[in-house]
Parts: sequence; C-alpha cells; structure tokens
Amino acid sequence: MLSFIVRRFAATIVVLIVASFLVYQLTAISGDPLEQLRVGGDQASLVRIAYLTDVLDLDVPPVFRYFLWLAGAAGCLVGQCDLGISVAKGEAEVTAVLSTAIGSTLQLITLATVLSILVGVAVGMTTALRQYSGYDYSVTFFAFVFYSLPIFWVAVLLKEFGAIRFNRFLEDPVLSNSTLALVSISLAALITGIAGGGLRTRVRVFIGALVLSGALLIALNVTAWLKYPSMGLVGVVLVSTLIAGVALLLSSGFGQRRAVLIVGGMALVTGMMWLPGQYLFFYLEGPLGILAIVSIMAGIGVLLAFVFGGDGKREIARPAGIVGGLSGLVLVVDEALQYWSQYLDLIPIKNGFVSTIGAVTPTIAREENMWLSLLDSYAHLLLPTAALMIISVAGYTRYARASLLEVMNQDYIRTARAKGLNERTVIVRHAFRNAMIPIATIIAFDISGLIGGAIITERVFAWQGMGALFNQGLNAVDVNLVMGFFLVTGLFAVLGNLVADLLYTSLDPRIRVN
Amino acid sequence: MAKKRPTNETAINREITIEQRETEGLSLGTIVRRRFLAHKAAISSLIVLALITLLAFTSVGVVIGGSGQLVTDVATSRLSVDGFRIPGWWQYNWYENYDILNPGGTPTFTLWPFNPGQHPFGQDTLGKDIFARVMRGIQQSLTVIALVGFLSTLIGVVVGAVSGYLRGWLDSLLMRFTDVIIIIPILVLGAVLGRTFGGNAWSLGLLLGLIAWTGLARLVRAEFLALREREFVDAARVAGASSFRIIFRHILPNSIGVIVVNATLLMSAAILIETSLSYLGFGIVSPDISLGQIISEYNEAFKTRPWLFWYPGLFIVLIALAINFVGDGLRDAFDPRQRRIPRTDGAIQDLKRIIARRRGER
Repeated sequence: MLSFIVRRFAATIVVLIVASFLVYQLTAISGDPLEQLRVGGDQASLVRIAYLTDVLDLDVPPVFRYFLWLAGAAGCLVGQCDLGISVAKGEAEVTAVLSTAIGSTLQLITLATVLSILVGVAVGMTTALRQYSGYDYSVTFFAFVFYSLPIFWVAVLLKEFGAIRFNRFLEDPVLSNSTLALVSISLAALITGIAGGGLRTRVRVFIGALVLSGALLIALNVTAWLKYPSMGLVGVVLVSTLIAGVALLLSSGFGQRRAVLIVGGMALVTGMMWLPGQYLFFYLEGPLGILAIVSIMAGIGVLLAFVFGGDGKREIARPAGIVGGLSGLVLVVDEALQYWSQYLDLIPIKNGFVSTIGAVTPTIAREENMWLSLLDSYAHLLLPTAALMIISVAGYTRYARASLLEVMNQDYIRTARAKGLNERTVIVRHAFRNAMIPIATIIAFDISGLIGGAIITERVFAWQGMGALFNQGLNAVDVNLVMGFFLVTGLFAVLGNLVADLLYTSLDPRIRVN
Repeated sequence: MAKKRPTNETAINREITIEQRETEGLSLGTIVRRRFLAHKAAISSLIVLALITLLAFTSVGVVIGGSGQLVTDVATSRLSVDGFRIPGWWQYNWYENYDILNPGGTPTFTLWPFNPGQHPFGQDTLGKDIFARVMRGIQQSLTVIALVGFLSTLIGVVVGAVSGYLRGWLDSLLMRFTDVIIIIPILVLGAVLGRTFGGNAWSLGLLLGLIAWTGLARLVRAEFLALREREFVDAARVAGASSFRIIFRHILPNSIGVIVVNATLLMSAAILIETSLSYLGFGIVSPDISLGQIISEYNEAFKTRPWLFWYPGLFIVLIALAINFVGDGLRDAFDPRQRRIPRTDGAIQDLKRIIARRRGER
C-alpha cells in the first residue's frame, strides 16, 4: 500500500511540474505585462519598467524564468515559500495573497458542496427507488435543465429575483392566496411522489401534506416570519421532532418501541435544554459554546440509548447521538436568530437582508460579535451557495440515481431480500452503503476541482477568492499570481485524485491496488 | 428519414417493446436505431436543434472567410463584415445601429396575436437588433460546438485507441500527457489559451477541441483494454490483420457506444465552456459575437433592459438541454442493460385497475 502511494505521488509530482511549466509558458506569452507603461513612455514609466524588469526577471526568457520560479516554489518543501510578488496586487507577496484567497474560497464552497452532496444524494437515491414514476421523470427533467444552465446567467437571475425582488417583497412579507395554494400544492405533490405507494396511500399522503404545508405557510404569513425569523421553544421542539422522525425513518422505523421513545425523547430533551442553553451561550462565547452544546446534546443521546436501550442499545445509540448533535445545532440557530433585529438595524440594506456582493458587511465586522457575523455570512452566502448548488445538485442526482439502480440489481440485494430482511434494512444497510462507494470517489474528485472552479461565481458576486485572483492575474499578465493560483488548484487536484483512489480501495474490498 | 413503415400491426404487437422482439434477429445497429427513434425526448430535442440551426444560419446569413473585422464601406459609408457575405432573409444585421423603434428598445414580439414585429427580441441602447445578434451568436456557438465535438472526439479516440491497444511505454507516455492536461482546469487552460490565440469562433473552437479530449481518451482506452483480450481480436490477428485494421475495423465499432455518447456530452459541455469563457472575456470577443459575449456585454443592463439578457441565455439553455437529451437517448439506445419492463404497481396502475373493475361491474 505504502509503495503504491509513493509511486503514485512521484508520478503526479512529475505531472504537476510539467503542467505548471505549460501554464507558465502560456501565461507568459499571452501578453506583455508592461504594455500600459510602454504606452506612457515618460521618465517615470521608464524607471518603473526598469524596476519591474529587474524584480520580475523579465529579461530572462520565459523558458528559463520558469526554473527561477520553480526554485522559489521548491522552497515550500522546506518551509521557505517564495512565489514571487504580484504586480496586479500592488506588489504583495503571492503567498500572502493566496492564503487570504484560499480562506475566502473555502468559505464560499464548503457550505455549497456539503449541501449539494446531501440534497443530490438524497434526491437521486429516492428517484432510483421510485424508478419510472412521475417523480423520477420530473426530477430527471429538472436535473437536465439545471445541468444545462450557464452559471453566470443563473447568478444574474438570482441577483435580480433572489435578492432585489425578494428584499422588496420583505417590506411587506405576506404571500398572496394564490402563491400560498400553489406552493402548498407543489410541496404536497413532491412529498407524495417521494412517498410513493398505491393510490390509496398517495391520496392520504397528499391530503396530509397539503394540510400541513398550508398550515405552515399560513403561520409564516401571520407571524411575518420571513421578515423576523425566530424559533423560540416551540420552534426548537418542532424542528428537533422532525429531525428525530427522519432519523427513525432511516434507522429502525417506527415499529421498535424503545427506539421511538429514546430518539423521540431527544426532541423533548432539546426543549428542556433550551433555557440552560441561553445561559451557556452567554457564559461560553465564541465557537466554544457551539461546540459545547453540540457535543453535550450528542452525549445525552448516546447516554440515553445506553441506559434505556436494552438489547439494541448500540443500534439506537447512533441515531440518538446524531439527533442530539443536530438538535444542538438547532439550538445554535435559535440563538443566532435572536440577534436578527439587531442585525437588520446594522446593515445598510434597509428593506431586506439578502446581499449580492462581497463576503462581509463592514459595519458588522466592526461589531466583533460572533452571532452577528454568523448572520452576516448567511446573508452573503445565500445567493452564491444557491447558484453553485443548482448546478452541482443536478450532477449528484444523476450519479446517485445511476449508482443505486446498479446496486439494486445485484445478487446480494436479492439475497438480502430472500433471507427475509425488511425493505428498509435492505436499502439502508445493504444498497445505500454500496451505492455510496463510487459516489465517494466522485465527491473527492469534485471537491478538489471546486477550489478553482468557482471562477465565474466569484466574479458575479464580487467574491475575493481564488477565482478572482486568476481573473486579475490573467488580465494583467501577472504570471506569478496565475502560477500561485495554479499551484494551489493543482495540488488540490493531485490530492483529490489520490484520496479518490485510496477511498475506492479502502471502501471496496474487492479492489486491490498494484 | 424516409416515410415510416406503415404500422398495420395489431394492438398486441404494438405493446411489445423493442427489447422483447430481440428474437426477431435484428442487427445491433437496427436495435440501437429503433430504440433511439423510440426515445421521444431525444427525437424532439434533435428536431429542436435542427430548427435552431436552420433559423440561425438562414436568418442573418453567413460570412465565409475574411478576418471577421468590421470595415466601413467607402462608397455607402455603411459598416460591413470583412469576408464573403451570403445575406439571409432577416432585414437587419448584427453589427449596424438602427433607429430605436419602441421607447427604450423594448421587444416588439407579441405571442397573442402572434406578431414578431420589427425587432422581436428588442434593441439595445445603440439600436442594434437583438434578434440578429442572438442569431449570429448562435451561429458562432454552434460552430464552436461542432469544432470541439469533431476535434476532441478525433484526438480522444486516436489517443485512447493507440494507448489501449498498444500498451507499453507509449501508453504510459500518452496517459501521463493526458494527466498533464486534465490537471489544469479546463476553464483555466481555455482562458489562458483563449487570451492569446482566441478571439473568434474558429480559433476558440480549435483551441477547446485541442484540450477537451482527455476524458474521452481515458474512456476509450479502458474500452480498448477490455476488448483487445476478446477472442474476435485473436481471430483477426491469426487471420493476418494488421494492428491498424484491428483497431479501426474490429475494436472501434464495438466501442462506438461509449464514443458517441461521450462525444455528445462533450458538445453540451462545450457550449457552456465557450459561453463562460466569452463571458469572462477570454473567449470570443467583440466585434465577433457569441451568446456568452452578448450576456457579458449587457451584464449591467438586466434591471433596465432584461430582454438583452433573457434571449441569449434562453438559447444557451435550449441548445445545451437539447444536446443533453440526445446524449441521454443515445446512452439508453446503446446500453444493452436498459430494459423497460412495464410497471405492475403504483398509483396509475391502481387507477387503471379501479377503472377496469368499474367497467366490469357495469
């Protein structure tokens, strides 16, 4: 195994060096970095030209200049990175520019990636389970549409409809009756499609979902929730009950009394933790408070399962712990929402909160309050995350669907059914895990590509990340900046490839390296 | 397509799917063709694509050869494009400014009563006709798609076939070269190359074609590695066939499914990459037009003149979607594991059963 990794790594380093040479040469010949100065022609420009030629070694031909750059980059291996200076960034060190840009890009893509994987895999697998149903066909159709959307077009549309019009709507956030009916009917139709089953079940599910979603939307209207979102004790308990319900549905079903009592009990525990939580957040400021509440809640879940779980305590401990941790996050969200009106007072947009450009609001950054910064990130991340998600969810949906369909046709699934396992166990324990093997490798590969892949999203939303660096670098023929960008994306790509390979071999025992 | 075979089959015969008729002893090509023709989404997408192509190339005419630069005609002092120009049936050009008809240049197109009017897609601030611009943009984007599809399929197949069939040091060399190209994000490589050599549809299409073949090469190589061990290849070799003949006459036709499907998907990716590059300003640049370039040019105008933005975007989506559906249809047609077994459960079947029972009672 080790020799495999070493050999792979050596080969990819060679590939990386050749690729970087290619990018260096192509960028260097793409234009003249001194063009604007040459047009000027006055004394100051001439001095500047002489200075830049000296600093950037422009008198050395690009083929040899690359090796000067490589020598500096090789210093990274011994902790002395020298990637040169960036002219486009006011002669700042490229390493310094890169480190802020990487942070910014990671902030942008992390949430979008996690959410797209969750949504994409969930939707894709449900379509596979309901193959050739109306739900399957409509999801497939929309996946194709989303897959065909140019992201710059979507992003501009989102800016108009998701931000400007939505903010205007928030002045008086009351949904009209027709919108209300339309939204609840489509929600109900979606839930019915996922639930599947015969005609009788479908009619029941449809009516139930219609009543529930209608009631929820009317409640939103009455309380003007869209403008002043808050949860409170009731909201916290409702949401954690929902989480517990989903966890039960996926783990043991509603048939086992102990599991239902313990996992469902976690929702009550969350409600009981609501008041102590307020004090905890007051005394334990910063990320430590968040970490504390999540781990305490997960701990309570596991503890409950081990004390009252009886014979199935290990099986119950997992969903109970997960429900606990997620409920802890719900408490965090509740706490953040308590700062909502304060946040609205501080931001410059007066009638809404959705922001279209940049990553932070300066007035909020000055407050140095973690909760306000959290809300600020949310307001800024909403649109770019939506834009990135629309495109990548479609891809994951297709992969997950194909993968689960492939697995469901395998002999071991038939065996599992034949030995009398119920359908939930067959799908969750046997099919889902095997279907995730190829998806895990795709995810590893995708994440490595994402770091440089948000070039267009960053440009539309004026996000100062890696993509913006590349754009500026190429426009100014700033070879050092482009190379810095490429070095980071290339390293991520190499690592992603390696992780994908290792994941595949470790997840699937049928595959051996060498 | 010629006139369809008259369908005087009985109702039962029509129910039988093409898979169930495999016993008829049809050739693989016939099965694939019939399955593809039965794929409604793919066929309608193909028709839509053909209509869009026809509309784009006949409406504003084409320019053949020349530099594509705008020049002022000395005699009439009107702008014209350098190159041999075949005019189309649309009365306006994509490069000239016209009098602004509606206030602000709003579109004259109305659906009911159907009336395209003088400027169906509206005009920009200078009075340029957006319909003509969008049509020219589609032409350029389609040119890029065709070039990328042709060139990268060709390179991908040759590289994949050679390295998969010959193996050894040539295989290692070619695959490491593929790795080098793959490791550079295609948008980055396209932008760097496009800035230097790009500018118009032909150069951008050639450039993208030269870098987009990597995925296909890997797939073709995998296919060849598997197929070269099969008995029919041994038989051909024993019969004295050359490597060239084995590759192109024996193995290639067997891997045509993978190639065709992925070439299609490559083409749908090509339009998105082309428009993205043009949007960033590294692809097709003014005075030439592409759909992405139009959107980039009018980016700030969305609030005041949304039609400058809607139509080019809609055509990008339409073209990419149509190509994707064709690819999906091809994949289903080529995949021997695709079996459509009529459903026996579900709500619609329940409904049918209920209706049948009602009729029975009556």
